[in-house]
Amino acid sequence: MNKTRTAILALTALLLAPAASAQSLSDGGIKVGVLTDLSGVYSELSGQGSVKAAQMAAEDFMKANRAYAGKVSVIGVDHQNKADVAGNKAAEMIDRQNVDMLVDMPTSSAALAATEVARQKKTIAMVVTGATTALTNEKCNKYTFHYAYDNYMLANGTGTAVTKRGGNSWYIIYPNYAFGQDLNRQMVAAVQENGGKLAAPSDATPFPNTDFSSYLLKAQSVRPKIFGTMQAGNDLVNVVKQYNEFGLKKQGIGLGIGLLFETDVAALGQDAFAGAIATVPWFWNFDARSRQWAGRFEKAFGKKPTWAQAGVYSATLQYLNAVARAKTDNSDAVVKALEGYAFDDFFARNATIRPQDHRVILDVQVVQVKGKSESKEAGDIYKRLNTIPAAKAFMPLSENKCRM
Amino acid sequence: MFNGLVNGAFYALLSLGLAVIFGMLRIVNFMHGALYMLGAFAAFALGQLLGLGFWPSLILAPLLVGLLGVVLERGLLSRLYGLEPSYNLLLTFGLTLLTQDLVKQVMLSRFAVSSAPYSPPEVLSGVVNLGFVVFPKYRLFVIALSLVVCLVTWFVIEKTRVGAIIRASTENPVVTRAFGINVSLWVTGVFAVGAALAGLAGVLAAPIYSVEPYMGAELIITTFAVVVIGGMGSILGSVVTGFAVGVLAAVGAAVYPPIANTLVFILMALVLLVRPSGLFGLPEGAR
Repeated sequence: MNKTRTAILALTALLLAPAASAQSLSDGGIKVGVLTDLSGVYSELSGQGSVKAAQMAAEDFMKANRAYAGKVSVIGVDHQNKADVAGNKAAEMIDRQNVDMLVDMPTSSAALAATEVARQKKTIAMVVTGATTALTNEKCNKYTFHYAYDNYMLANGTGTAVTKRGGNSWYIIYPNYAFGQDLNRQMVAAVQENGGKLAAPSDATPFPNTDFSSYLLKAQSVRPKIFGTMQAGNDLVNVVKQYNEFGLKKQGIGLGIGLLFETDVAALGQDAFAGAIATVPWFWNFDARSRQWAGRFEKAFGKKPTWAQAGVYSATLQYLNAVARAKTDNSDAVVKALEGYAFDDFFARNATIRPQDHRVILDVQVVQVKGKSESKEAGDIYKRLNTIPAAKAFMPLSENKCRM
Repeated sequence: MFNGLVNGAFYALLSLGLAVIFGMLRIVNFMHGALYMLGAFAAFALGQLLGLGFWPSLILAPLLVGLLGVVLERGLLSRLYGLEPSYNLLLTFGLTLLTQDLVKQVMLSRFAVSSAPYSPPEVLSGVVNLGFVVFPKYRLFVIALSLVVCLVTWFVIEKTRVGAIIRASTENPVVTRAFGINVSLWVTGVFAVGAALAGLAGVLAAPIYSVEPYMGAELIITTFAVVVIGGMGSILGSVVTGFAVGVLAAVGAAVYPPIANTLVFILMALVLLVRPSGLFGLPEGAR
């Protein structure tokens, strides 16, 4: 009799347990909203691949946490890299589609607009592809987390590495808008801190711009050791194309790149970038763990992942894990579960979520682009020069302007 | 300053085509930028699909774009000749948007790139020391070839019998037809040549700028300004202004970068204030 009762009790407990943890989900499920560029210039490096990555994270999470089986869904929405569209779409996703978390958000202005909406609606936003340090400084807020990279980390990593390797005189050009100005400022500071100097003051270029020949001619006459370009996307492709055309490499002027994506290298061919140094949070053949995940992604998506897409997977999974720890999808509780959390996954190494500014700090890699002849397999583009430990890779809290 | 000539060469080639089409056919061809982009894209695609190098593409791509011009003129534009000019403006603008998105889809799905790589031919890669400046050989080639093409076009239209027939066909189609000349055939021919010029500029641009679906969109606005400054329809005006604006923009960018993109429009406003028909344009009444 007693035995039966215990058995029944145990059974009910078993049956109730998953139900109990799922009960605390606001609308019976968790919906992840991938706010990204599905059609424009960043659609290749994030876009559908980011949506796929978030879906993989959702599936992996549900497999590992049976209580959430069938409860996590993912939608992808196009923000066209425009701030106003991003804000509207964010509001619509949260209000009408009951999205619990926003992720990805390429283009700094779009990321700032979307995170502001998310803040008002108390929804967690994990910015992976937006670069501006404002997200964790003057524009920081309780619900916004900044994953993967930012301008400080790019400038600090590349500026330091290149200068220490002997590239101690620079001539820098940057696109004349918020992102470029910010990146130039950070890069100049990093170069000077490491004993480097500017061979000539940095030049602002029109944005967008296709012809950079006057700056390349200036570089020829100034003769710096490094020609630094803070351009991104298509503008970067044009700069590098013309850097090669003008034969600067042969004249002994190296190339320092502020922001480099795998897709830029694909657009020009590896040899055009060969020797250039950049800083990235991750690349697919970094090590066995990375390779393993990249292999899964490639099988599911048909292409190798960019670091942005890998970052979306990691950010989504870390959010879901925090929901599981908090046992609720209530944003305030999940923020508590995320703050100060230390973890290590295939993407984010030695990572910690700083509670003061919500900057997710992680080890980052300084890489050099390999020439075609050096690469051993398709997509093998980076040679790792060194790793910058998480604690040194990002803006120190002492310089941080975040008041949360 | 010198490198401004390269951009000038592109402006000149494009505005030459625009001027020919506008001057002869009175069509404001908004699709010109898309035709330029198609020239560059054709060069890339011919290389990828057929393994053709730069030289065959330099001939073939403009021919293809010219052929497309024939289809466009015969199939669509010719139906609008009796109507207000704003109709062909709208049509060509819509076609531009369509073409850009189509090319984007093809690039992404067929070639898996959003911006396509293209290199100059082996003979022209590398730089040459001109004494005062070290300059890529390919760019010198672009300047030279554009000059030749512009001169030839100007010569044909202004000085030869073929040019006379074209001018007559467009000036007074009824009388010209009475002389036994197939006017609509000539009109189609002129449009095709204008399109091919845009295609040629595209192929020339491929090794310098990245080949992407919207490469023509930025250029076309400047080109229109060039045509207006030079005088709508004036062949000589568009060529001279094309090169001049290229140089001016380069100088402007060097002195004060933020103004580089606006300079040409400031110039346009100034010129229109002083000479409403453009630098080389004849006043309406004198036509």
